[in-house]
Amino acid sequence: MNVTVLQFPGTNCEYDTQYAFEKLGANVTIVWHKETNLPENTDLLVIPGGFSYGDYLRSGAIARFASIMESVTQYANNGGYVLGICNGFQILLEAGLLPGAMKRNDTLHFISKYSNLKIINNNNQFLKELKNDDVVNIPVAHHDGNYFIDSEGLSQLENNGQILLKYCDSEGNIESLNGSVSQIAGISNKEKNVFGLMPHPERAIETLLGCDDGVKMLQGFFNK
Amino acid sequence: MKAIVNVALKKGVLDDQGKATHHALDTLGFKEVVADVRIGKQIILELNCDSKDSAREEAVKMCEKLLANTVIEDYEIEILG
Repeated sequence: MNVTVLQFPGTNCEYDTQYAFEKLGANVTIVWHKETNLPENTDLLVIPGGFSYGDYLRSGAIARFASIMESVTQYANNGGYVLGICNGFQILLEAGLLPGAMKRNDTLHFISKYSNLKIINNNNQFLKELKNDDVVNIPVAHHDGNYFIDSEGLSQLENNGQILLKYCDSEGNIESLNGSVSQIAGISNKEKNVFGLMPHPERAIETLLGCDDGVKMLQGFFNK
Repeated sequence: MKAIVNVALKKGVLDDQGKATHHALDTLGFKEVVADVRIGKQIILELNCDSKDSAREEAVKMCEKLLANTVIEDYEIEILG
């Protein structure tokens, strides 16, 4: 299992992501945004969290035009698995690889805490190790995580099973965290090979540090 | 030539910053006068263009490609000679 992790100026979760995937047994390569090609043996491409280009203009808006992004688009369009976490999710939205857009959290605060997530659709490579309606506890840390999509787009997400995760309480009752439409925390594209979520599974892989629910999520990519 | 680009959330997309600011203005005694508040951003471009038409044309391309996210935002362009 070869995992490629992208790195932009302002990315700050690339080493956590590397640590998490190495712990699960993957070979991890970090690739700088100025490169034009992804390693040929990439089985999973991860766009990690952080604040690429200082979130200037809009989160992810500038990173999406980085040299490496042409290869990312090609890789995704050829069916390659892509996982965008937090800022990585924002970049995938800006790049049009996932539908919708991010707004500032409705509380207008930066939210940094553990959040419960409900598995809405496990019929995909990412969440297949979990069951629908399972609740996992995963940290969130974002200012622009208020997911928006218009009502027509939302129906398409629902009809195609593209909504993967929603914010909820510890009992699994859906509740708002940041104002996201339909309390969405994570989605996929229609083809189910591009995934984006605001929470950070790579920060929840050691019980010593609080919780290892993230392992159940990231493990999905290992068993094809 | 100068182009002033104003970008703001579309009508119909809830503007939380505008709403919070509206609420603050209400509590400061402007409740009767303020009907709505929307917050956007202004981008000022110095352009090397020969005519207002070409400046506008270029600015539109920039907005569509980068300056605005047309999923949630509208933009307005004003060209100053």
